[in-house]
Amino acid sequence: MITLQHYLLLSAALFSLGVFGVLTRKNAVNVLMGIELILNSANINLIAFSRYSSHGLDGQMFAVFVIVVAAAEVAVALAIVLTMYRLLKTVSLDRADTLRR
Amino acid sequence: MILDNLHSLKFFLPELALTAGILLVILSDIALKGLRNRLNPLLTMVTLLLAAWFTFQLNDVPAASLFHGMLAIDGLAQFFKLLLLLAAALVVLGSLHSTELASVHQGEFFALLLAVTLGMVLLANSTHLAMLYLSLELVSLASYIMVGYLKTDRLSNEASLKYILFGAISTGSMLYGLSLVYGMTGSLSLYTIRDAFLNQAPEGVSQFTILLILVLTMAGFGFKTAVVPFHFWCPDVYAGAPTPVTAFLSVAPKAAGFAVLLRFFFSGMSQANGTHWELIRGIDWPLVLIGLSVLTMTLGNIAALTQNNLKRMLAYSSIAHAGYILMGSVVLTGDGVRAILVYLFVYLFMNLGAFLVVTIIYNSDKTFDIEDYNGMFKRSPFVAVAMAVFMLSLIGIPPFSGFMGKLYVFGSVIDKGLYWFAAIGALNAAVAAFYYMRVMKAMLIEESNGSPAPLQISFLNQALLVALLLPNVLLVIFWDPIDRWTSASARLFGGI
Repeated sequence: MITLQHYLLLSAALFSLGVFGVLTRKNAVNVLMGIELILNSANINLIAFSRYSSHGLDGQMFAVFVIVVAAAEVAVALAIVLTMYRLLKTVSLDRADTLRR
Repeated sequence: MILDNLHSLKFFLPELALTAGILLVILSDIALKGLRNRLNPLLTMVTLLLAAWFTFQLNDVPAASLFHGMLAIDGLAQFFKLLLLLAAALVVLGSLHSTELASVHQGEFFALLLAVTLGMVLLANSTHLAMLYLSLELVSLASYIMVGYLKTDRLSNEASLKYILFGAISTGSMLYGLSLVYGMTGSLSLYTIRDAFLNQAPEGVSQFTILLILVLTMAGFGFKTAVVPFHFWCPDVYAGAPTPVTAFLSVAPKAAGFAVLLRFFFSGMSQANGTHWELIRGIDWPLVLIGLSVLTMTLGNIAALTQNNLKRMLAYSSIAHAGYILMGSVVLTGDGVRAILVYLFVYLFMNLGAFLVVTIIYNSDKTFDIEDYNGMFKRSPFVAVAMAVFMLSLIGIPPFSGFMGKLYVFGSVIDKGLYWFAAIGALNAAVAAFYYMRVMKAMLIEESNGSPAPLQISFLNQALLVALLLPNVLLVIFWDPIDRWTSASARLFGGI
């Protein structure tokens, strides 16, 4: 029997993995994947809460919007990463340190 | 009063005007190749003026909830709409004669600026978590592109990369927090969330979950308002972005961030009662905000002391100012909210003014280093004195209008009996005086180390500089209408 707790544990695990990926990866594209995990963990929460409670479909509606926003966000982020590649010939975040000097 | 979709439309005219303006600017950019460079700024200004006019028309409307509780229309909403539209209009004018932006095609720039403005206006009024998240992302996505607008510039690109990575993580964390709020209360509407928290049994509210929700959602609001510890993007993004964009980011999204912070915590997590708000059992969010405020102003001011790049220095100074503004939110009274409104209003003129001076000097000298500002008084007394006024206003020295902001914020905290908190704020203001004075010293006293050619300033920039100087100097004399306006706007907006 799969209960709400299982979904919450799954989403918490996904969230942690996402944050871990964001903090440890040096490749900009991998960091974006970590961000996707964070957003999807929130989606799982929203849908699970909506499914296991009697409060209607608000959560699922919200999740659909989040999916759309996540796609838009990745489109913008990849465009910026692409520009970075054109300028520096790399997508390694270690090289994005000019402003700190 | 909760209005349905059709009846809401006539109260939604400012936002509709902005939406139409975005589409028109994009269309004219595609279709009118010969005219577009002149037409687009004009279209943008007309759109902003039209939206402001529609907002004025709605001034006497009683508080209501639009689109089945998605957006609020009340005093606070009106105030922020006008403030954000004014900021956008001033930035449009300030960006026209900037050599940084002149090198690239400017068509989309104005469309993006209008899109950010639309997002901010919606953000400041949203009373529904889905609306809140969507408008926050609209502001963020468009401003990521604006920061990286100089495609061939390494610094601009790096700034936008850092901005979008920090932004996506912060808003993602906030979304996770919001999903937990939804799980605890079963609703996405702020008012229903408050009622759900009110009706829960004490043991039904888990302290740990509440703390988690507070930290996670503050990541999103803190990112928009540049509050420590969510400020890491701020110095780099401000330094790398084109200066007019930096000016915009330092004022407008910050104001919108504070608006939504007020709505979330005051409408969603406390109960309006007479002249003040009462905390909902088990959620002591002012304590969290006090901590963040102290951290923010102290770290911001200390880091600003050692900066040599003026844009980075102003970035840290804007972090410190976020700390002062946050002080007004912890006292839970109408006076505290009004102090925030007053501070944001005067902050608009002084910060945009300071960044306009940076733009003007970069136009002729191509530098942001404070040392290169030496001897500016000989080259252009007007610019040097104007910058001195903006700096004194940022310090908060009377009679300049920055003083009024500090007066209201510290006053509201002292009224509440938090003397130590006000003392920390005052100490911080004293530290801040040091680095602002450094800029004044360079411009007014130091001798120039290069050739002292007179500074070239376009007529538009001169006029804009005067327009930004006047509020800094004269607001204190004509304070009465502002006092009435802000106190009317800060009326309790807790329940509809």
